[in-house]
Amino acid sequence: MNPPTASTSATVRAVRRAGARGRLGWGRRARKPQDSYYPTWFAGGALALYLLLVLLPGLLGIGLAFTNWTAYTTKLHWTGVANFHALFAPHSFFVIAMENTLLFTVATVVLKTVIALGLAVLLTSGLKRLASLYRAIIFLPNLLPYVAVGIVFKSLLDPTTGLVNSTLRTLALGGLARNWLGDIHLALWSVIGVDTWKGVGYIMVIMIAGLLGIPRELYESASCDGASGWQSFRYITLPMLKPVFAVTTVINLVYALRVFDIVYVLTSGGPGYATATVYTTIFSQVGLGQYGVATAFSSLFLIVMLALSFVVIRVLHRPELQS
Amino acid sequence: MSAVRAIRAIPTTINYLIASGAGIIALAPIYIVVVNSLKTAHAAVGLSPSLPLHPHWGNFSAVNAQAGLARAFFNSFVYALGATAIAVLLSGLAAYVLARRRTRRHLVIYFLLIMGIAIPTNYVTLTKVMQDAHLIDTQIGIILVYASQMIPFNVFLIYAFVDSVPRDLDEAAFIDGASPLVAFGKVILPLLRPVLLTCAVLDVLNVWSDFINPLYFLSNSSEWPMTLSVFNFYGTGASEEISNWALVSADVLMTILPVIVIYIIAQRWILSGLITGSVKG
Repeated sequence: MNPPTASTSATVRAVRRAGARGRLGWGRRARKPQDSYYPTWFAGGALALYLLLVLLPGLLGIGLAFTNWTAYTTKLHWTGVANFHALFAPHSFFVIAMENTLLFTVATVVLKTVIALGLAVLLTSGLKRLASLYRAIIFLPNLLPYVAVGIVFKSLLDPTTGLVNSTLRTLALGGLARNWLGDIHLALWSVIGVDTWKGVGYIMVIMIAGLLGIPRELYESASCDGASGWQSFRYITLPMLKPVFAVTTVINLVYALRVFDIVYVLTSGGPGYATATVYTTIFSQVGLGQYGVATAFSSLFLIVMLALSFVVIRVLHRPELQS
Repeated sequence: MSAVRAIRAIPTTINYLIASGAGIIALAPIYIVVVNSLKTAHAAVGLSPSLPLHPHWGNFSAVNAQAGLARAFFNSFVYALGATAIAVLLSGLAAYVLARRRTRRHLVIYFLLIMGIAIPTNYVTLTKVMQDAHLIDTQIGIILVYASQMIPFNVFLIYAFVDSVPRDLDEAAFIDGASPLVAFGKVILPLLRPVLLTCAVLDVLNVWSDFINPLYFLSNSSEWPMTLSVFNFYGTGASEEISNWALVSADVLMTILPVIVIYIIAQRWILSGLITGSVKG
């Protein structure tokens, strides 16, 4: 789908011509239809699992979103857009969940991008040795299970016994001690902080790969022309990293919009609805047996992500990123 | 002269200080888990970073008795290997055929599959499908769910790689009279090994860390993986008394240890896989 450059398409044509001549010359390969070489049923297993367990629930969910489906329903009937009305009712906690998810997404995208960029620049041009060791260590939290991370941070952030507050008190900064996960105004930001701690290494690793892909000569000629360090960062590094930013933003978005684990373990969406996200709300609605509303919410979310996925495919298939 | 050199050295020193600070912040929680997993219940309150006076190895057998650590560890192991084997094999077969044949129909199937990278699971209706298929609360059920969720990304990674394998190789096998399956198994599969290994490592880590699927689909505690088991053990411990933090740390350590070991062994595969997956089309 990427338009090939003039020279490659010329090569491809030449190769094809040679191949065609070869086939005509020996007359062996062309006769067998492609399907007996590469049978489509090879894709059948993957497709079957995917259709049954990913696509079917998605489509079924859209249909059932217009019904009165609950844990106690004996007979399903259509209720039109009633479930969607419930989602957007005044003071609806679904709206709160969407707002929280959006704030979480924007904040983690910005924080991870900025911190990861800083660390990536530091490790690629600020250090002479040990850069790959630092990279490996800073990436490690990204692989740890969210549950493990959540449990540990929940203890560290405990208002009375937690290490964070007791360290602040030891440093005579007790005034900064907070009820990190219990304060309505602070809880979501604490979750954002923990999530950034965990996820920043992944983004950093991608940015390091991007930085190493920028040709050295650009910087050399810039410094010959008397450009300062800041100027080469501003006018070479940032523009050259644009496609990398697109990729990391997509990765951050796709993760953040469906965040569940870290929120569920740290706060279960509380206090109140202060940290409730789309996925934690769906989970609690299922627990209450409110399947119709839950699947309406899930389907709405699916449509949003589907629109986003076309952007994802576009971004991931950028020709200039192929190395 | 030496004073000038010392001044010049300052920025580099500061860079190393910042990088070390970031490294310490990244490792601190892991360090805290390790030291507290070896403390007595009393010493572990508040998860202080101090070293244990005497390593308390009995915590691990205690957590095995109280939280069924060995059972959960084994379950995680089975889910990770089972789902990975299915996902990698099916994705390899699919990506191979879809990459070799570029008709409109095959492209549609490919895009349908990789759409799954971004679209979210509807857990409400997936639960219903699982019930109707008698897969809920079963180990094979959760393995199939994991496989289905990893297929899109695996197909995406392998598809790009298949392009780098010359067609002449499979055509040579066909001329020798190999069937499609034999040609795939004997010729293509060995050549795809790097990308299949990358997929396998990422899949294993993915399943090992997952929490939401067992939360929805496994109600029977004997089938819980480590993540759900440690969460429930921590939940009961925290509500009854805080003095269980040494045992919680031991349980958490056993949840993260395999990940760290795999990372140390397969670091190159993991990083290259994630970078290629994100940067290459």
